[in-house]
Amino acid sequence: MSALLSLIAVLILIILATLGVGVLHLNGLFGIVIPYIAVTMFIIGFFYRIFKWASAPVPFRITTTCGQEKSLSWIKRNRLESPFTNLEVVGRMVLEIFCFWSLFRNTKSELKEGPKLVYGSNKYLWAGALAFHYSFLVIFLRHYRFFVEPIPALLNMMQSFDGFFQVGIPVLYITDIVLIGALGYLFFRRVLDPKLRYISLPSDYFALFLLLGIAISGVLMRYFFKVDIIGVKELAIGLVSFHPKTPAGIGLLFYIHLFLVCTLFAYFPFSKLMHMPGIFFSPTRNLANNNRAVRHINPWNYPVKVHTYEEWEDEFREKMKAAGLPLERE
Amino acid sequence: MSDSTMKPEELAKIDYTPPKKGWMETKPNFRKGTWCYSAAPKNLKYLGLPNPRDWQPSDKDWKLPENWKEIIIEGINDRLKKYRSFRLFMDICVRCGACADKCHYFIGSGDPKNMPVLRAELLRSVYRNYFTKAGKLLGKFAGARELTIDVLKEWFYYFYQCTECRRCSVFCPYGIDTAEVTMIGRELLNLIGVNINWILEPAANCFRTGNHLGIEPHAFNDNISFAIDDIEDSTGIRVEAPINKKGAEILVVPPSADYFADPHYYTFLGYLALFHEIGLDYTWSAFASEGGNFGLFQSREMIKRLNAKIYAEAKRLGVKWILGCECGHMWRVMHQYMDTLNGPADFLEVPVSPITGTKFEHAASTKMVHICEFTADLIKNNKLKLDRSRNDHWITTFHDSCNPARAMGLLEEPRYIIRNVCNNFHEMPDNTIREQTFCCGSGAGLGTDENMEMRLRGGLPRANAVKYVHDKHGVNLLVCICAIDKATLTPLMEYWVPEVVVGGIHELVANALIMKGEKDRTTDFREQPFKGKED
Repeated sequence: MSALLSLIAVLILIILATLGVGVLHLNGLFGIVIPYIAVTMFIIGFFYRIFKWASAPVPFRITTTCGQEKSLSWIKRNRLESPFTNLEVVGRMVLEIFCFWSLFRNTKSELKEGPKLVYGSNKYLWAGALAFHYSFLVIFLRHYRFFVEPIPALLNMMQSFDGFFQVGIPVLYITDIVLIGALGYLFFRRVLDPKLRYISLPSDYFALFLLLGIAISGVLMRYFFKVDIIGVKELAIGLVSFHPKTPAGIGLLFYIHLFLVCTLFAYFPFSKLMHMPGIFFSPTRNLANNNRAVRHINPWNYPVKVHTYEEWEDEFREKMKAAGLPLERE
Repeated sequence: MSDSTMKPEELAKIDYTPPKKGWMETKPNFRKGTWCYSAAPKNLKYLGLPNPRDWQPSDKDWKLPENWKEIIIEGINDRLKKYRSFRLFMDICVRCGACADKCHYFIGSGDPKNMPVLRAELLRSVYRNYFTKAGKLLGKFAGARELTIDVLKEWFYYFYQCTECRRCSVFCPYGIDTAEVTMIGRELLNLIGVNINWILEPAANCFRTGNHLGIEPHAFNDNISFAIDDIEDSTGIRVEAPINKKGAEILVVPPSADYFADPHYYTFLGYLALFHEIGLDYTWSAFASEGGNFGLFQSREMIKRLNAKIYAEAKRLGVKWILGCECGHMWRVMHQYMDTLNGPADFLEVPVSPITGTKFEHAASTKMVHICEFTADLIKNNKLKLDRSRNDHWITTFHDSCNPARAMGLLEEPRYIIRNVCNNFHEMPDNTIREQTFCCGSGAGLGTDENMEMRLRGGLPRANAVKYVHDKHGVNLLVCICAIDKATLTPLMEYWVPEVVVGGIHELVANALIMKGEKDRTTDFREQPFKGKED
């Protein structure tokens, strides 16, 4: 039900773009106005959310330790899983951000007859997530070619790696296949695993369908229904140089692709996709486990009502005296 | 032993299929054995907490204040401003499900709301509804819902089915820590007087007497005297155990169960024997007679209120530093909260072992050392005369307690000690130890008898791993360094692996410790004969 709802939402977006450009010829709206609005919403929303996180203090150092602490000199400590210095924290974060380290740990528990609980390694989600994020990154960077002239050598190099297998004309990009495959995996996993289906919100499917819509429309444009690349580049450069124009004859498919991308940009800051900047702020990962060596300051630490020794002794003085315990006041 | 009349085979028939209806439409079933009794009004009154009254979670009417909803919403607002963790964890979960089967309560119950992701969604859904644009605009599509009395009851049911063990946070790709969400959830519930007695009674006791069990100073004195007698019976040596001694070098802080409950008591005897043998200049305190802190399960404010006595007492007695005994959640507080809340402890010195001269630089600010760090250092420097064979009647395995493992990283010290004091030690399977250790199922204030079914369910993963090493290696002693563990693993073992008993590390240390002038020992502190001395 959640999935269907989200699919319909994405289909409506596609229909909107089709009607808007194909029937009403609102090329200016879909090619210029909406992209500007979407990017503005993205930038403001993105930084507003980050500002919100950053402005909330970190009152306690609540590192999750996944390895041996630094204690006695002869005990080998785990610098990455229980970082003590800031440099080690950077190491842990690099592993987390570039290798999805915590996800790599993933296991699957199974209850067998007996009862016997067994835990197997389960790297599918890790592999799927890594495949999705890296192919998305490459594709995202690849699009840079539409915004610059001449195209930087580095970009061309990346592209030739991506088209390494030299299959088809135009050359098939590996990342296109991987992206759609990974999104497909993430979708089917959500629908087929009853646990995941149960926890999934409509917005979880929406993000997947939106990304799939973007990927599929992009692939269709590149390999099947050619659009006018020169026109697309003209539009893109116009947008970034603030001299926007909508060259004629680009093709409807492009506008659908662009509208979905705009939706992604505008939706991003309001959604779970903010996990991208969020991971950098995660206090269980980005703090050193040096709690007992360096005092952590809580900016709002306030005085509380405590039970003092004097009050305590006053209550128990007679009993303490009888037991022969030392007293502050006789 | 247990309220639960179900046989282990029956209890272990767990259905992991979620209900047909969506989770927002499913209400919790307050089944007997799966929730804890409400806090008695006297405890709330003593601590000055809001809305003391007679009520039970099974009642229809929870007798909440008129404006309970506003109090909660304002409470959320306040905490969003105070805790980056809270705001972030409300925003960035993608519901990837990596945490789902990591929770011992989910594994043991199959209840989908015990998946950490859904436990947090219970609160997230309300956050979205009142604090995010997407939630306000798109409602259910964005996963938002109204705060209603049913939602509140659901919070109570599931935030008191989380032991704040942080196992899920190890696996979360963003490090989302359900313990943090549960702590906030419980703080919110406490604002309107929705709390449980197993947490508030120990907290009230602790505030008044200094310890959770409510042991008054003269009784504390008695307990220690009994312990001295018991040591003399087994070893022939009369140890000294100073209380409230000014000018001692070290203040030793135990969890109160150590000098009161079984099997903790044998560990306590172990401390006394060890300190005597090395000639430590130390003192117990009848005031700082509890390092454990049930405030951790109630609110950060209560952590601070109960913890304040530790530094205060160290200052009053004029000690140089503090040594903390075997306790799990106590060490979360000591390691991650104490210095921040009640420090700086600038009147103390950087801890130095008077026996080995080792400077504990890693505790340079807090000035508190874990007893396993202290003892491992003694052993490494050959300061103890140990006879491992005196533990040959035990085949041991080690349970990493959640907090020392995941909030401290104390993994090797206990293992080093065990290997040096006993010959038979077998690790449980990899996915159940160290940072992946499974909770006893009764932590965070849930270790009460009326909650027994849930405890046995939550403890299943731990018990099952113990069973594995019991079957494979004949393990008969589950060693741990946590007072809640010692109390709750005992009935857990009785239920799932009855051949295994529970003990502490310093119990094993004292068995192996050859004391100067001891009589010919034939039994351990449990009065069980050493191997080869059975008659």
